[in-house]
Amino acid sequence: MRETPPLIELRGIGKSYGGARALSDISFSIQRGMVHGIAGENGAGKSTVVKILTGVIHPDEGELLVEGKPRRIHDPRTALRLGIVAMYQEPTVFPDLTVAENVVAGRHPRGRLGTVRWRQIRSEVSRILKELRVDFGPDTLVSGLGIADRQLLEIAKALSSDARLLIMDEPTAALSPNEVENLFATVGRLREGGIAIVFISHRLEEMSVIADVVTVLRDGRHIDTRPAPELTRDELIRLMVGRSLGALFPKEEAAIGDVVLRAQGLTRQGVFSNVSFELRRGEIVGLAGFVGAGRTEVARSIFGLDPLDAGELSIEGRRFEPRSPRAALRRGLAYLPEDRLQFGLVLPMSIAANVSMAVLPTLTPAGFLRPRRERVLAARFMKQLRIKAGSPAQVVQSLSGGNQQKVVLSKWLAVEPRILILDEPTHGVDVATKADVHRAISHLAGQGLTLLLISSELPEILGMSDRVLVMSEGCLVAELSRAEATQERVIQAAAGITESVA
Amino acid sequence: MTSFASGVSPKSVAAAAFRLREFGVLAALAATVLLFAVHTTNFATVGNWQDIAADVAMVVVVAVGETMVILTRNIDLSVGSVVGLTGYLSSYTLVHNQGIPTGIIALLAMAIGLACGVANGILVVVGRVPAIIATLATLTIYRGVVFEVAGGSVINADELPGRFLNLGVQKPLGLPLLAWIAIGIALLGALILRWAPWGRDFYAIGSDPQAARLAGIPVGWRVMATFAISGALAGLGGFFFVARFAGIDVTAGQGFELTVITAVVIGGVNVFGGSGSILGATIGAILVSTINNGFTLLKISYFWLTLVEGVGIVAAVTMNALITRRLQVFQRRRRYVELLAARSHGAEE
Repeated sequence: MRETPPLIELRGIGKSYGGARALSDISFSIQRGMVHGIAGENGAGKSTVVKILTGVIHPDEGELLVEGKPRRIHDPRTALRLGIVAMYQEPTVFPDLTVAENVVAGRHPRGRLGTVRWRQIRSEVSRILKELRVDFGPDTLVSGLGIADRQLLEIAKALSSDARLLIMDEPTAALSPNEVENLFATVGRLREGGIAIVFISHRLEEMSVIADVVTVLRDGRHIDTRPAPELTRDELIRLMVGRSLGALFPKEEAAIGDVVLRAQGLTRQGVFSNVSFELRRGEIVGLAGFVGAGRTEVARSIFGLDPLDAGELSIEGRRFEPRSPRAALRRGLAYLPEDRLQFGLVLPMSIAANVSMAVLPTLTPAGFLRPRRERVLAARFMKQLRIKAGSPAQVVQSLSGGNQQKVVLSKWLAVEPRILILDEPTHGVDVATKADVHRAISHLAGQGLTLLLISSELPEILGMSDRVLVMSEGCLVAELSRAEATQERVIQAAAGITESVA
Repeated sequence: MTSFASGVSPKSVAAAAFRLREFGVLAALAATVLLFAVHTTNFATVGNWQDIAADVAMVVVVAVGETMVILTRNIDLSVGSVVGLTGYLSSYTLVHNQGIPTGIIALLAMAIGLACGVANGILVVVGRVPAIIATLATLTIYRGVVFEVAGGSVINADELPGRFLNLGVQKPLGLPLLAWIAIGIALLGALILRWAPWGRDFYAIGSDPQAARLAGIPVGWRVMATFAISGALAGLGGFFFVARFAGIDVTAGQGFELTVITAVVIGGVNVFGGSGSILGATIGAILVSTINNGFTLLKISYFWLTLVEGVGIVAAVTMNALITRRLQVFQRRRRYVELLAARSHGAEE
């Protein structure tokens, strides 16, 4: 008796870009009705595998078999025809179109005259949205949706097509814990329906929860494919990194000083209300909560990006009006938005040029740049943040993602802020870089910098923070000391469950 | 958690903004008409309005294609030259073959226009030249071809057959024949953008070209199609030109691309693609033609006309951006309120 061939089989797949080898000799198969996790650090080749499966790029070597037959996937259209659907890290949606149209884009159901069947589209999309338990309708314009909702829209899109293989590339990155739970339930249903799922995530905890099989990639090579129950978290990390890491969230002890920033009754109508807290010198304060709880919005208002309707702020005892980011920077307050960390670099320029960008006036005494001063500045941060590079003259493009991240951090530290708000500083970053960023943050606090750390990753918040503030639906609902802060308590608070009721 | 999708009706929100966008242009149109009607003696006459209708017809026919191109985040600057080229070549053919049926001449003009459009499409899709550069080049090239072929010669009304000239003056039910044809073209265009799957793809491509590719939309073919349609309709515009003005010279249609693009943009079609409608572009065309007509009647210099049109573009684009922003804020607020409502509801349970 012959076994039925696996849905997809990769045999010795290789791919090079110019001289750089992205993938070599990748072989594994994806089975129906299974969740196949792919783990690996940034640059391990996960995205390249996804792009090959979806026909965005073509392998130089090896074979791809679909149901036992060798196939060439020329373009995304071919992949769709084969039933391969991908949800990308960044939701690929059409902001100008409605939710319903986004779901069917590229494959509108047609009537007898070849016309679009709007009514059918609406009812089908409504049904899927109900199944996903989302709070938007088929006629909502996507430009009005936040990132989490756009991700859910992506899932709706995949559900509506007759996918046989669903590739989820970091689907949970922007989702709150209850949304993740909801997603996993949906993934479970899809799996029972016989669909194969490729699941990529940096959150290793999720891997063990949802995956049946895990393939580990490192530096473009296939390290191992094993049933998930055989892999402990530590074992998985060892396979990914090639060595075992120490504590993931190192927190140096720091002397905590006087109150540096005091916020009183901050309110922005319809967004957050009556938020009050204090930040002390040398303190790392975690700001936890689900996506959409208003954490980023509070940070933006403090930094002067959005207006406040009510409330008072003071920095070092003096009143502070957050009129503009410029005003905030003058008072020593800096804010690194999530995307700034990813896109705040001019890639073809040197480390030195990037680091000095925000402080150029101080380096140009006679109207002309003093290259020496620029180099010295960059070298200082390279040492402080352990940026792995040959010299300050090295082009940022040639650095690894983690080191690029540190260059951005340097750029803002060069402004010499006394208070630094970090918004998801390790979003989408691999384990080793994460540890480096954490070490840097902790070190900075030790030197007297005050940090407000916004993060959706609870272990990060719990591991790094001296104190944890929890927001839920626009309100500050809990303040927990390091000792009090446990996973359960933070989640309960974020979900709006007060302990007296429970 | 329950779904409250049923309670929200963002459709009405979206529709309201849509109406608002076109309402703004309509209001501007009404104000313009009123202004001219008060300040000139011969503006508010049936004859003048028929004149305007014929002008509008030409703009609309070309604007339908231009709208499709702009929806995909591209632009076609060559339409003015295509009008000149096709107008000249088709009437030249007619002059030397007086027996050819008018319909065939129209098809000939469209075929030449189609070829020009396909050439634009090849440059943009295959050659990957940005549309603004590619069509700027062909704007000059097509005009150069007219100069070369015509060699400075002019075609006058007396060289054209009477049944052809009749076309420009016929007014069934009081509306010029050309306007009737334009209405037909506009309806067809609107139908395509609403009901044809490939027409919907234009919006997707303009909204996010990369996402469109990933959704399996054949982006290249679709963009090619918009340029081909734009070219063919500019060809029909050339035919209209000869029929309307009963003759043609080498400068015919020079600067016409700006009139068309002005109409499309004032009509609320987003210059960055993804949103807009034929209805909007048509109202834009009526507004631009009316202003044109009124200024001529008032004997105000061409300088002031272009100035007013420029201000119109700025106003339209600004309004577009403002409406889009307001709409997003509105949707967000609304969802927040619903969320709170759902929460308090859940608490009661």
